[in-house]
Amino acid sequence: MRKIGIPEVEDIATGAALLGAGGGGDPYVGKLVAIGAIRDCGEVTLLDPDEVPDDALVVPIAMMGAPTVLAEKAIGGNEYKSLYEMVSRFFGKKIYAFMPIEAGGVNSMLPIAAAARLGLPLVDVDGMGRAFPELQMVTFTIGGISATPMALTDEKGNTVIFETITNKWTEELARSVTMSCGGSVSVSLYSMSGAQMKKYGVRGIVTRSQRLGEAIRTVKNAEDPEKFFFDFTEGYKLFKGKIVDVLRETRAGFNFGRVVLEGTGECKGRKAAVEFQNENLTAEVDGKLVATTPDLICLVDTETFAPVTTDALKYGKRVIVLGLRCFEMWRCEAGIELVGPRYFGVDTDYIPLEERCKEVCLNV
Amino acid sequence: MYKLGIDVGGTNTDAVLIDENLNVVADIKCPTTGDIYDGILAALRTVLAQSGVDRSQIRQAMLGTTQCTNAIVERKNLAPIGILRIGAPATLGIPPMVDWAEDISKIAVGSAVIGGGFEYDGKQLAPFDSEAAKAFFLEMKEKGVKSIAISCVFSTVRNDHELEAAKLCHEVMGEDVHVSISSEIGSMGLIERENATILNAALWKVAERFTEGFAQSLADEGITNADVYLSQNDGTLMTMEHARRYPILTVACGPTNSIRGASYLSSLQNAIVIDVGGTTTDLGVIQNGFPRESSVAVTIGGVRTNFRMPDVVSIGLGGGSIVREHADGSVTVGPDSVGYEITSKALVFGGDTLTATDVAVRLGMFELGDPSKVAHIPEELAKKALEAIGTLVEDAIDSMKVSSADSDVILVGGGSIVLPEKLAGAAAVVKPDHFGCANAIGSAISKVSGTFEKLINYDEVPRDKALEQAKAEAIDLAVAAGAIRETVEIIEVEDVPLAYYAGNTNRVKIKAAGDLAGN
Repeated sequence: MRKIGIPEVEDIATGAALLGAGGGGDPYVGKLVAIGAIRDCGEVTLLDPDEVPDDALVVPIAMMGAPTVLAEKAIGGNEYKSLYEMVSRFFGKKIYAFMPIEAGGVNSMLPIAAAARLGLPLVDVDGMGRAFPELQMVTFTIGGISATPMALTDEKGNTVIFETITNKWTEELARSVTMSCGGSVSVSLYSMSGAQMKKYGVRGIVTRSQRLGEAIRTVKNAEDPEKFFFDFTEGYKLFKGKIVDVLRETRAGFNFGRVVLEGTGECKGRKAAVEFQNENLTAEVDGKLVATTPDLICLVDTETFAPVTTDALKYGKRVIVLGLRCFEMWRCEAGIELVGPRYFGVDTDYIPLEERCKEVCLNV
Repeated sequence: MYKLGIDVGGTNTDAVLIDENLNVVADIKCPTTGDIYDGILAALRTVLAQSGVDRSQIRQAMLGTTQCTNAIVERKNLAPIGILRIGAPATLGIPPMVDWAEDISKIAVGSAVIGGGFEYDGKQLAPFDSEAAKAFFLEMKEKGVKSIAISCVFSTVRNDHELEAAKLCHEVMGEDVHVSISSEIGSMGLIERENATILNAALWKVAERFTEGFAQSLADEGITNADVYLSQNDGTLMTMEHARRYPILTVACGPTNSIRGASYLSSLQNAIVIDVGGTTTDLGVIQNGFPRESSVAVTIGGVRTNFRMPDVVSIGLGGGSIVREHADGSVTVGPDSVGYEITSKALVFGGDTLTATDVAVRLGMFELGDPSKVAHIPEELAKKALEAIGTLVEDAIDSMKVSSADSDVILVGGGSIVLPEKLAGAAAVVKPDHFGCANAIGSAISKVSGTFEKLINYDEVPRDKALEQAKAEAIDLAVAAGAIRETVEIIEVEDVPLAYYAGNTNRVKIKAAGDLAGN
């Protein structure tokens, strides 16, 4: 058990943006929502999963909708209380603690705000260990935990609880309500018991985000910043280069695209490309795949090591492409079926990062 | 008829006179003074004396100044303000100024978030709470506040509530109260837009000082036939009246003017502009005659904003950059510099520090100071240093390009003499005449513009028709700002599809600019 205040929030936001693997949104507004809540209501207690009783009700909090709308409307502040009341009423049981559903700039921050405003603890766990584009892409799906009842509220006070027959229906119905409510809403889904959370959750994700953020903040003080960064993140250095082309396309509410890189420094004369659907899906060097989902493919600035999200890709930007091993549970058969390369239309078997990148990896 | 351009920088006040064919008649530099007025007056007198121009023939006078930027960065002369945000029940989770540093956030005497605002599609989010607005304005009036910042959720889509609040504010607090509304200042993103509006509200005294200082110095010198304008950060002009209301728009007009001036002096409409000073080099891009705008949030004095700013990259390289030879034989240049002390510290001036300027003199690129004082520097070392300078600039050029094709490069600024003649990634390298006063020239030749921005669903209004309407709106805005209708051109069209939105919603942004109506 420990406390999270404003300095910790700053680091968590940066680290979570790295673990967003290109997606998860710009942490700025999310960070302000968390800071606003801590200013109003005080610091948040962070619990280790093992500190949560097995029969306790644990509820993830997230936002759904367009980040551009979130940047305009932010949140009202009462949403978390109404989610709390809806879910508690549904189960006839009080919520014990909140948790994030994914790591990523925005959704790592909102549960912190919820915990601050309700005076409840936050659990150091999530359901991805990174960010993914679709609602069913959580480790809890592997554990057979239902996304519903899913509670949704807007800042105006409209509330809905969804009980649906499949997660696809949840996604579809929730999307239309989100649009009617003005394009950005707060939700809770995958409510679960303490025991389920411990069994299927990605443990220590908040602390890991904070450590990563701290490392990025202090990297400039290191004698060899790049070595420090890679030692700290345990990342696989896949490529270093500059962006020479960015192709983008919006389809069915997702941002698809491909960024092409030309090597600099030790990679001079070589080429690389990263494909994305909100999050980075695959990385290739000289036409050969070197990493695929569910392993994390992250781009960082070569000077500041600040994470570069897919929205911020721009010609001329110099970046390092690194791979991070995904949460072990994603590597089982059910995990690969849910979030492996074939699900995203990439015709290749999943090969773990550490094997796939062996030939090109620059630091291991 | 003549145009007068003045640039008040941190160190120098530059003045130029340009004739009706846009030829430079005279250009001079004077030191900037603490009260601005004396510096402008001195520059005016000198440029008039040097040119011998009939002052009644000066019909347009343009001022570019960094006064607002300096006031924000130094936290000086900022006025106490009140902040009203319209948008509850949305946005309550993030109060105004939530991440501002303490030393600047104390400019706010009070703030309130009240009911109102819009959804992304223009639907009302909540009714405008005029009672709450009135109560807040009354409270501010009692506390002696003279300036109010008003922001509203999705006011970039619809600004009705902001306008209603502004009207109410004048009714309650009097006609002379300064009111800043966010829809006139920033783009999408409430917090950044609100921040810029707050800064704008706090700058009214600074604006009053430099607009009056400029008007007074013109009057004192008998320039009474001229229309007076201020330079904006997007390379266009605004009237004195507009500048008094929106001083924040002058922030960063320095780099903009230097980019525009460089474009004019070299007759290039598309190029990368490199402005080399004593300590740093600024790189910007001129695109169809206008500076390319930054697409990321811009921080001024620690405050995050999203208004129009040129896309500028600064590197630690200038005429005074210190040159070092390392044990392994490698040579580095900068990022530290002897700065303004170059005339005493550089070798050619009898000093003891090897600078970029010394290297250039050693290699015979130009004559300055006493060349014999650098004769002992090995040519090998000088060449390596020049190569290091080239690499620094070439990397920066590359990061400013949007495609891999080579781009023309324009060199301006006093320090540009230390750059090599050939640069990789540059199609042609141009060093125009009068390059030292590119800022003031940029100010004198600015155009006037109008920008129209809205979210449009192309399923409801077909794209062609939507763009046509938006262009007409932008042209009207430019004309309203003082442009001659016949000269107005559309200079920027942007439509971005928005993910997650219903139908085929796009953010459409159109900018039009034209020549200033003459006399």
